[in-house]
Amino acid sequence: MSERPLTERIRPDGAPITLSEYEAAGGYQAVRKALGGMSPKDVLQVVKDSGLRGRGGAGFPTGVKWSFVPENPHPKYLVVNGDEMEPGTFKDRVLLEGDPHLLVEGVILASYTIGADVAFVFLRGEYLESERQMKKAITEAYAKGYLGKNILGSEYSLELYVHMSGGRYICGEETALLNALEGKRGNPRTKPPFPQTSGLWGKPSIVNNVETLCNLPGIIAKGPEWFKGLSKTANGGTKLIGVSGKVKNPGLWELPLGVTFREVIFGHAGGMRDGLSLRGIIPGGASTDYLTEEHLDVEMDYETVAKVGSRLGTGTMILMDNKTCPVGMIHNLITFFAHESCGWCTPCREGLPWAEKTLRAIERGEGVMEDLAVLDRLVVDLGPGMTFCALAPGAMAPLGSGLKYFREDFERHIREQRCPWK
Amino acid sequence: MLTEDLIHEIDHEAAVFEQRRGACIDALRVVQRQRGWVDDESIQDIAAVLGMTADEVDSVATFYNLILRRPVGRHVIRICTSVSCWIMGSEMLVEYLQRTLGIGLGETTKDGRFTLIQNQCLGACDHAPALMIDDDLHRDLDPGKLEKILAQYQ
Ligand SMILES: Cc1cc2nc3c(=O)[nH]c(=O)nc-3n(C[C@H](O)[C@H](O)[C@H](O)COP(=O)(O)O)c2cc1C
Ligand code: SF4
Ligand code: FES
Repeated sequence: MSERPLTERIRPDGAPITLSEYEAAGGYQAVRKALGGMSPKDVLQVVKDSGLRGRGGAGFPTGVKWSFVPENPHPKYLVVNGDEMEPGTFKDRVLLEGDPHLLVEGVILASYTIGADVAFVFLRGEYLESERQMKKAITEAYAKGYLGKNILGSEYSLELYVHMSGGRYICGEETALLNALEGKRGNPRTKPPFPQTSGLWGKPSIVNNVETLCNLPGIIAKGPEWFKGLSKTANGGTKLIGVSGKVKNPGLWELPLGVTFREVIFGHAGGMRDGLSLRGIIPGGASTDYLTEEHLDVEMDYETVAKVGSRLGTGTMILMDNKTCPVGMIHNLITFFAHESCGWCTPCREGLPWAEKTLRAIERGEGVMEDLAVLDRLVVDLGPGMTFCALAPGAMAPLGSGLKYFREDFERHIREQRCPWK
Repeated sequence: MLTEDLIHEIDHEAAVFEQRRGACIDALRVVQRQRGWVDDESIQDIAAVLGMTADEVDSVATFYNLILRRPVGRHVIRICTSVSCWIMGSEMLVEYLQRTLGIGLGETTKDGRFTLIQNQCLGACDHAPALMIDDDLHRDLDPGKLEKILAQYQ
C-alpha cells in the first residue's frame, strides 16, 4: 500500500475525525513547526520546492501563485474554494466531512505564508454536512489557540469563517467566487488585476482548492522530497481519484499521481459491470475532453493527460459504457453548462443554448447533417480565448472531443432520424 | 417583517465582511431556512437591514439556483439530473416522481406536501442516482427505495 497522507485518517464510514484524534495522529505539528521557527518565506520556499500544483482543475503551481501576493495592503485574504459543482466531481466533500481539521491546518499554513488576516471557506450550498463539520472543527481550533489572536503564542493572528454559496457553477471560478463572497451576482471579473493583488474587497487574496490546501500539513511536516516521492511521475504528491458511471465499484481513492487509467478503472473500480464495455472516459469532471479505450495506459498526471488532448482536471472521471448514448450524454453535459452560464458575455450566453437545442434535436431524431457543422463551429467560437472566462471553453471540451471520437454516432442519429439507443 | 432573531442573525453574518452587503446571500439563506422561500417583503426587509436597494437584493436572489422566489411545499425534493446520475438512471426517477406526485419539475403538489426541483450534480456521483429532500441526501436510488423514502416526509 502506498502512503495516503490526505485520507489515511478518514474512517471507512466517513464519520469526522475529532480534534484530539487529529492531534494524536500528528495533527497541527506542521503549524507548530511553521509558526515556531519558519518565516513565511521559508514556508513558501518549501511549497515551491514540493512542486505542489492546484487540485481545483487548472493545476497551477501553488507556490508560484502565492509569490505574487504583495506585502501590503492589509487585510489580506485566503479563500478556500469548496464550491465543487462540476458534474462528476465528489472529492472535496470527502475531505471536508471526513477530516475537517486537515483543511483547517492547511488554511493556517497558507494564510501564514501569504500574511492573510482573514480566511473564508466557500462551500457549495448543498454541502450541509460539510458546513456542520467545518464549523465544529473551526470552533475546536479556536478553543485550542490554533485560530484567533496570537496563534500558539506567536505574533500571527487569523480569523476563519465559513460561507455557504447560493448555488451556481460559475461561483467556482475564482473571480466569480470573490464577487459571490462580496454578496454580489457571481459574474467573473476582468483579469488583470489578478486576485493576488486585488481580490476580495480589492485586497490581496489567494483562492485555493480544498484538496490543494490539505496537502500542506504533510509538505511542511515531512518536506518537499517526501512529497515528490509520493508520486510516480515528475508531478509531486498523491491525488484523489474518483470513478462514476457503470463500473462494478464506483468510488474515490487517494493514489500516487501517475497511476494509469487502467489501474484505476479495472483495478480499484473493478472494471465495467457485466455485459458492458468501456467507450469513453471524461478524466476529470465535466469540462475535460473525452478519452477512449486507447488511452487506458496513459499515466494520470497534469502533463501526460494534457499530451493526449485532455486534462487531469479534478481527477474524478466519468465513464461512458457502450449502452449509453454519446449524443444523449453530451446533450446532458451541455444542458448543464447552458443553465449555469452566468450570461455575462454573448458567445457563451447565446452559444450554449444554441448548442443545447441542436443536440436535443439530433437526440430526438430531428437533426440534419448541417447541424454537425453548426456544432463544429460553436466548438471554435466558444473555445479558449473567445469568451470572458473558462466556463464556455470547458463546456466545449466534451462537445469537441465527442464530435471527434463519436462522430459516427451523431451521423447515425441523423441518418436514422432516431436515437439508436432507445 | 423579519423577526428580531432573524435580523440579529443577519447582523452576525454581516459583521465578518468589510461591507455589510457581503452578507446578502447569507441573509437570503437565513430567511429561506425559516420560511421555505423568499417573498418580496423579505427582499425589501433584507435590503433595509444591509443598506442595499430592494432591486439589488433581488438581482442577487434571482442569480442563485438555491434561492427560491416562489412558494414551495412542506418538503422540497431536489433531484440530480447531472451526467453521472443521468447515466445511472435519473430519468427513471424523474418519471417516477412526476407520476407518483402528479406534478412536473418546478411544481408543487396540490396538498402542499412536495415541491419537485431539478438540481445540478450533488457531489455524490459514486452513489448515483442521488437526490436531496430538504436537508437530507439520499443515494443509490431506484423507484422502490424512493417510494419508502418519500413516506418519511409527510
Ligand atoms: C467555471 C469554473 C468553475 C470552477 N469551479 C471550481 C471549483 O468548484 N472548485 C475549485 O477548486 N476550482 C474551481 N475552478 C478553478 C478556480 O477558478 C481556481 O483555478 C482554483 O480554485 C484555484 O485553486 P487551486 O490552484 O488550488 O487549484 C473553476 C473554474 C471555472 C472556470
Ligand atoms: S464565458 Fe459564460 S460563464 Fe464565463 S463570463 Fe462569459 S457568459 Fe459568464
Ligand atoms: S451527477 Fe448526480 S451527484 Fe454527481
